[in-house]
Amino acid sequence: MSFDIIIAGIGGQGTILLSNIIGEAGVIEGRSIRSAETHGMAQRGGSIECQVRIDQEYGCQIAPGNADLMISFDLLETARFAHYMKQHGTVVTNSEYVLPTSVFAQSLPDPGAGILLSAFDTQNVLSIDARRLAEQAGTILTQNVVLLGAASWFIPLNESSLREAISCRVPEKSKEMNLSAFDLGRSATQSS
Amino acid sequence: MKSHYLLGNEAIAHGCLEASVEFVTGYPGTPSSEVVDTLRVYNERWYHIEWSVNEKVAFEEALAASWCGLASLVTMKHVGLNVAADPLMTSAYTGVRGGFVILCADDPFAHSSQNEQDSRRYAAFAKIPCLDPGSVQEAHDLVKDAFSLSEELSLPVIFRPTTRICHSKSDVILGPVSPSTPRGEFNRNPSQYVVIPAHTRLLHKKLGEKQERVAELLIERGYNHYKLKASGEKKRAVISGGISTAYVREVIGDDLSHAIITAYPIDETWLSRFVEKHDEIFIVEELEPVIEEVVRQVAPSTTVVYGKKTGHVPYEGEFTAARVASFLQSAGFEAKEFPSSPSVFALPNRPPILCAGCAHRAAMFSMRAVFKNAIFPSDIGCYTLGIQLGTVDTTICMGAAITVAAGIALSGETRDVVCTIGDGTFLHTGIQGLLNAVHNGANIVVVILDNRITAMTGHQPNPLTGVTATGDESPRVSLEEICRGCGASFVETISPNDMAQFREVLKEAKSRSGVRVIIAKQACVISEKRARIKRPTYAVSKNICTGCKACVKFGCPALELTGEGFCVITELCSGCGLCMQICPIAAIQREVEE
Repeated sequence: MSFDIIIAGIGGQGTILLSNIIGEAGVIEGRSIRSAETHGMAQRGGSIECQVRIDQEYGCQIAPGNADLMISFDLLETARFAHYMKQHGTVVTNSEYVLPTSVFAQSLPDPGAGILLSAFDTQNVLSIDARRLAEQAGTILTQNVVLLGAASWFIPLNESSLREAISCRVPEKSKEMNLSAFDLGRSATQSS
Repeated sequence: MKSHYLLGNEAIAHGCLEASVEFVTGYPGTPSSEVVDTLRVYNERWYHIEWSVNEKVAFEEALAASWCGLASLVTMKHVGLNVAADPLMTSAYTGVRGGFVILCADDPFAHSSQNEQDSRRYAAFAKIPCLDPGSVQEAHDLVKDAFSLSEELSLPVIFRPTTRICHSKSDVILGPVSPSTPRGEFNRNPSQYVVIPAHTRLLHKKLGEKQERVAELLIERGYNHYKLKASGEKKRAVISGGISTAYVREVIGDDLSHAIITAYPIDETWLSRFVEKHDEIFIVEELEPVIEEVVRQVAPSTTVVYGKKTGHVPYEGEFTAARVASFLQSAGFEAKEFPSSPSVFALPNRPPILCAGCAHRAAMFSMRAVFKNAIFPSDIGCYTLGIQLGTVDTTICMGAAITVAAGIALSGETRDVVCTIGDGTFLHTGIQGLLNAVHNGANIVVVILDNRITAMTGHQPNPLTGVTATGDESPRVSLEEICRGCGASFVETISPNDMAQFREVLKEAKSRSGVRVIIAKQACVISEKRARIKRPTYAVSKNICTGCKACVKFGCPALELTGEGFCVITELCSGCGLCMQICPIAAIQREVEE
């Protein structure tokens, strides 16, 4: 059985880099990895999801109801992809969300955080302020690595492999900043 | 052996380096673009590589290089092969010298495409082999083979990965890169390279004669293979092709026979040996029933065949393991059970949109204001997302904005016809349409959305960018001169970010007749960001803002209306200043740098 991770977010937020780091960490451990990404037209500012499957030899796509872990950059997207989660799976989500322009253009109501979180009942949901932690690490751009740190307790890969993967996938000059973002995220969920 | 974690297209590119590729051309198109994008930045490059202006051009150049003996690759997306179909069909007649691989990436589910056509049909149509990998590793291994297969058969070979190969990542084992010192030489041979009727009739016959060797070689190489396992009362088997094989392997048990197809044409004798051993066969393939048709041809009347023609498998869309399991179960085949997923509740949707500060939004917003009830034909590129602004009434294929506009105008439609086409698309196949519209007296306005780059597919350079695929300087062509050369009498260049001036030009164009061209010139915001061009920042004064929504209706993702009833500009802002020009009460101001 593979360990299936769904990464939800908005095109441009750094979902692919997050997926790359997890995949690279898997390969460092000699594990078999399959992942799916969104490129091209579909990624311009819209809802996107990446999927990473650890110990999977076949396809890259996770069936709805089967994801073990979700890492989400945006609470609205967390709710949108809720149906991918298996019962008793874990959800690590940013507590913030960006209202899509459709809300303003079509005068739709803002669903509100409470409603969004009600998409989950049996899952373990951890909501963190990824923006604040990323800013603390140095830049909002490290949000993806903050979220990775927060989710790292639940990923069946060694912390050292994840750290090594961060080092080889982020630009040399922002390596230290990203590693500290990872630590900040990781301590945010330590007691969970 | 050490594994590498690579994108499908990166693994394919590496396979080409291992096969000593000597000449590479392509036109960007999702999901194929990263193959050339990987090869063009390879440091120890020994091959010619280019982004060509369209697929037909790319195809013909690579074909010619192959005629000169070079191992050649041309890449495109599935619909690109329609543009290159003319040389494709006859290149099978002339044959090739150096291995010639046509990488044509299919897009089931049309993630980023205008249709879901299946390139395996093109291979059958042209009578050439097609390789259809089932995983990233297989894509890497097979593309390498494709060059030698092509050379051995003297035929072009279509290599057909799909989106879930191109844009999926996997651990991959790579082989050594094999550099070469390409030196093409053309051997004059009119009976092969000049397809006048007298020659082509013979060439067609030769192509027919090659087919036997094609079938033999594909079997020798073992691309199509099977495991016989069926036991028990009913002998059951599954046959799958391409990426569907991965899904089948994830969901079937050990008691089913499984035949795996990765190469076409499928040899009928080989296939019938497998088919006749079974009572029931289930065929899983995305899009067209290419495998199914051959199976039905060879199956004895006692064998039941399930597939698309029996309604068990759809013709449309892409599959997943869970979907394949449900197809199999619908015919009584055992497959892995997937838990049903809880229902999703309604959420405001978040479709892809134009970036904050994108000049296409500015251009289309003004077009809408000036040409209120016009017809707006458009084309393929980021600006197709302008559908949300109500300025995209048609999109059919690359280059069709101007031709469709001309057709509508010449049909007797009395409203203004104002079309949009990007700079890359205009250079791809738009020029002919402009030439034709002028020649045949169409009454249209053509807005060329010129952002100096082919943005949608990942910012590949084009002849307006001033650099080639390898970063070498090249002359920037002049859109104005091209348009005037085509005979357009009204040609004006202006930035759509200067809203007032841009609208004046639109009004001027509206008052005239004939073919009027407006070049809406403004660099792509992503290119600007990468070039670290700094733009001013803007802020909403909440004391002045009345929450009238004039700015948020512009649709820029950097503008939000807060719960307190005033607008804010978020960190997504790229500083175009358009919202300041739109705000009717001057509540948005440029921020003064401290």
